[in-house]
Amino acid sequence: MLISSIVSSPLRVPNKLIILIRVLIHSVSIVYLSYVFYLAFSGQLLGDPVQYLLDFTGIGAINLLLLSLLVTPLALWLKFGQILRVRRSLGVYAAIYAIAHLTVFIAFELQFEWGLIVSEIVNRPYITVGFIALIVLIVLLITSLPAVKKRMGKSWFSLHQWVYLACALALIHYIWSIKSEELQPIVYFIIGFLVLIIRGKKLNIFKK
Amino acid sequence: MLIKNPAKSSLKENQVTDENVYLSRRKLLKSLGYIGASGLLANSAQAKAFDWFSSDKTVFKQTPLEFNKDQNAAAFSQRRTPEKMATTYNNFYEFGTAKSDPVKHAQEFKVDPWSLKIDGLVENPITLNYDDLFSKFDLQERIYRLRCVEGWSMVIPWIGFELGKIIKQAKPLSSAKYVSFATVYDPKQMRGQRSRFTGGGVDYPYVEGLRLDEAMHPLALLSVGMYGKTLPPQNGAPIRLVTPWKYGFKSIKSIVSIKLTDKEPPTSWNILIPDEYGFYANVNPKVDHPRWSQARERRIMGSSVFDQKRIDTQMFNGYEEVAPLYAGMDLKKYY
Repeated sequence: MLISSIVSSPLRVPNKLIILIRVLIHSVSIVYLSYVFYLAFSGQLLGDPVQYLLDFTGIGAINLLLLSLLVTPLALWLKFGQILRVRRSLGVYAAIYAIAHLTVFIAFELQFEWGLIVSEIVNRPYITVGFIALIVLIVLLITSLPAVKKRMGKSWFSLHQWVYLACALALIHYIWSIKSEELQPIVYFIIGFLVLIIRGKKLNIFKK
Repeated sequence: MLIKNPAKSSLKENQVTDENVYLSRRKLLKSLGYIGASGLLANSAQAKAFDWFSSDKTVFKQTPLEFNKDQNAAAFSQRRTPEKMATTYNNFYEFGTAKSDPVKHAQEFKVDPWSLKIDGLVENPITLNYDDLFSKFDLQERIYRLRCVEGWSMVIPWIGFELGKIIKQAKPLSSAKYVSFATVYDPKQMRGQRSRFTGGGVDYPYVEGLRLDEAMHPLALLSVGMYGKTLPPQNGAPIRLVTPWKYGFKSIKSIVSIKLTDKEPPTSWNILIPDEYGFYANVNPKVDHPRWSQARERRIMGSSVFDQKRIDTQMFNGYEEVAPLYAGMDLKKYY
């Protein structure tokens, strides 16, 4: 990489700092998620709590996903290998937020009307797309357990490239779900696809 | 992170009182403002929310109204949506596309002076000023179900007068077949009208329309108040339409013009996405929105996620008395 050759020496920070960052990711993600759910349960949110939870978990998942995708380019750019260790934490929470998103949809939006839930997932393209993204994220979540990862060997890396597909589908799901033009999803769409293009060059799935 | 934890007992209060709730809600939202909003990371859209949460902005002043109570007992059998929900969860793109935008950005909206013109194909054009809106006709309460095309619903006690009364007074010409409505166009006061993105791409002013016989139906209400008081701006002050058998977007807000015409008038959502929103927009569980089902709805009965009840959507939102207006029409075609 051109840029990495400009940065001469690899960046190193004390291990404690990386651990601190990971603790922060864990605690902020969990506390924030639980706090917002607490407010929604106790009726303290402004407006419709169901929509609020859907937006919060959905956008939260996309934020975490984009952050996790930025870790590798950052590591290459700064020769900052240590930072790769926060990638997993970010990815895990992206999946957890996405699962929370579907849970809210099933439990509070459609309130366990399974017939309707299935038909909405099958018949509404924007929901289908989001659902596929979620399935991918769940597979990645399960296979990111250290024991599973070890056993999978090299195939783990090719499997985890599916994260780009999940990210692209999540962005399409977001922009497709809104009623008319809104700035925020469009900005996300542009940023997200810039990230995907930057990373896309590295992808094996596109080379084959 | 400093989070205020109110006592458990205070939660119940939230669902009834106004003043108390308003104050405690603000405190909560203030603390929420620092870490709250909807994304994990603050973003530009949320940055504006901080202004609202941190400053003590003025709240629009509503005045109590005198009116005849709704005598329709059946209306009371359904639980009313708490006022707090009906006034903080609004679609009014003139103030922004998020449901919480109108209450945040409409509090300084000026409603007095106001001028509502009824003209077009009429013998006797009428202009109502702000005071006329409340004094020209006897005000009555109507407790109506409101079904949004997005799939949620509320039960709201409106105060107003029948649209038909004012149209009758204007004496429509025999050539008049339709009624067109327009919301005030005031980009200085309405941020959504200033920018394509804040306003959701709608070509302002927002316009709506009814067939004349629909407009003359006694259910069609021009509302000037809700929950016993004048309307707050986020709900369409000082005067708005309420057509309870149609999806909510037909009930145009902050009206300045009612014009009788001989042609079907253009309507804003139909212009924006014609295959999703038709001219009629009657509530119909059998005709799905292209992107979602309309068979059932989520009734918003309170502010907790547990106060949301899924129920069947009824034809014409349960107002079967309007059915004769559409006799012989293919409602799949005229959605």
